Amino acid sequence: MQEQRHFDVLVIGGGPAGMAAAACAAECGVQVGIVDDNPNLGGQIWRSGSDGQANTDASKWVQRLRMSGATALCGLRVVHQPEENILLAEGFNGFRELRYEKLVLATGARERFLPFPGWTLPNVMGAGGLQAMVKGGLPIRGKRVVIAGTGPLLLAVAAYLRQHEAEIPLICEQASWGSLASFASTLVRWPEKIVQGIQLKRDLAGIPFAANSWVLAAGGDATVESAVISRAGKVETIPCDYVACGFHLIPNLELPLLLGCAVRHGFVQVDDFQKTTVPSVYCAGEPTSVGGVELALIEGQIAGLCAAGRTTEAGAWFAKRRKARQFAELLDRTFRLRAELRSLSLPETLICRCEDVPYSRLRRHTSWRSAKLHTRCGMGPCQGRVCGPATQFLFQWNPDSVRPPVFPARVETLAALSRQLEMQPSEVTGGH
Amino acid sequence: MFNEVTVTVNGATVVVPFGSTAAVAVVLAGQACRKSVSGELRGPLCGMGICFECRVSIDGNLHARSCQVLCRQGMEIDTEK
Repeated sequence: MQEQRHFDVLVIGGGPAGMAAAACAAECGVQVGIVDDNPNLGGQIWRSGSDGQANTDASKWVQRLRMSGATALCGLRVVHQPEENILLAEGFNGFRELRYEKLVLATGARERFLPFPGWTLPNVMGAGGLQAMVKGGLPIRGKRVVIAGTGPLLLAVAAYLRQHEAEIPLICEQASWGSLASFASTLVRWPEKIVQGIQLKRDLAGIPFAANSWVLAAGGDATVESAVISRAGKVETIPCDYVACGFHLIPNLELPLLLGCAVRHGFVQVDDFQKTTVPSVYCAGEPTSVGGVELALIEGQIAGLCAAGRTTEAGAWFAKRRKARQFAELLDRTFRLRAELRSLSLPETLICRCEDVPYSRLRRHTSWRSAKLHTRCGMGPCQGRVCGPATQFLFQWNPDSVRPPVFPARVETLAALSRQLEMQPSEVTGGH
Repeated sequence: MFNEVTVTVNGATVVVPFGSTAAVAVVLAGQACRKSVSGELRGPLCGMGICFECRVSIDGNLHARSCQVLCRQGMEIDTEK
C-alpha cells in the first residue's frame, strides 16, 4: 500500500515545536502536514495518558492546530529521503511518500541512558520511559520507584508518579548541591520557571531528594528488586519495583544528519530564521538546543512562520528566544555529567543492549567505527540510539554518519524505494 | 464506549484499560517482551519507540515496538522468545 501526499510545509515531529510550527504555517494559508510516529500528537512531554488527562497548554495547541487546517499524520515514521523534497515514511499498515516544498524538522530529544550493572533487567527503565508507560496504562499505584540520573525531568516524573500513587523512596540527582544552588539562584531571570518550581515543590513534598547521588547497580532475578545507590558518598541498597533512570536529554539528530544538516557541538546549526544549512529545511526545538517546552514553542512558531514565508512576523519572537536559549545553557551547565559515572560498568556490563556487547569488549577500541565493525556495537535495531550516546560519554567516541533507513524498515518499503528509483521522473511526480 | 480492551499475550487473555499500549499488556501479563541475543529477558526501556527493547509480534507483524501501538479488541500479541 502506498499513498502520496504533497505539502507546502511538511513538519516532522508532533511535539510542542512541531505542533507550533505546523499551526503557524497553516494559519498563513499554506498546505501543511505534520507527521509523528506515535499514535497521537503531543510528543513526549505532552503525551496524553490513557486516562485522557492532558496538560492545558497541550490542549490549547491541539485545538489551535486543529483549527489551522494542518493535516496530522500519526503512526508514521520517516525512514529515508529517496530524493530531494520527498520523504518515505512507514506506518503499521504500509508506507507513504511525503512530498514537500519546505521541511521543518522537530524531531525532539530522547533520554540519555548510561550503563550500570543490572540496567538491562526488566523494570529498569528511563525516567521519561516509565512515565510514558504509565501514561500508556501501566498501573503504578503502590509500586516503589527509585528515580535516578540527572536533570529537571527526574522531578517532573517524580511528581507525575506520585500523583498516580507510586511510592518514591528516593530521587538521586548526580549534580552537586553547589550547582543546584547556583541553578536555583539564577532562576529569578525566568519568573515562569519559579512559578513552575513552586508548584513542583508542593507536588514533591516529602519525597527524599539527594544530590551528589547516583545508581551503582540494579539487582534482581527475573526483574529488578533493588537499587544500589551512592548517596553523597555512602552506599545503600533500596528495595524497589522499578528503577527509573535517565541522564538529561539528547537531541534526535538522525534525520537532520541524513538530510545533510550541519551539526555543531551536538546540535543542529540554525540561523535566526531556524533555517538549517540545507536549503528549504528548518529545524526547531530540542535538536537545536535542549531548552524545554517554552523554547521549543518559540522556535516552532518562528520556523513555521518562516517556512510559510512570513519572516518579518517571525522577528517578533527573537528576543524571547534569546532569553529561553540562555535557560538551555543553564540546564547544560547544571546537569553536566560527573566523571565518576564513567566507572559504573563492570567488564561484563552490557553497553550495547541490541547486540549484547559488554564493556570489556569495547574498551579495547579507539573509535565508534572500530567498535561497530569488530563487536557489532550499535549495529542492532536501535541503530546506536541508546549505546551511541553512552559510548560518547564513556569513551569520548564520536558517532559517524547516518545511513538510510534511519529506522529499521520493512522489506516492502525498501523494495518500493528501489522500484521508484528505477521509474522515470514523470511517473513519480504529481502527488496527492 | 468500552472502558476496557481484551487482548491476548502468548495466547493468554489480558484485559487492559482503553488507550493502553501493547507494551503495558505484555507487562500486565507478567511477560518479558523479548529474549536478547545472549538470552537475557528484556522489557521496555525508553517508552518512546527508540530502544526497540519492547519489540513483539502484533497480529503477525514481527518486531513491532509495543510501546508505540495501542491495544485493540482481540489483538494478538506474542513475545519474542
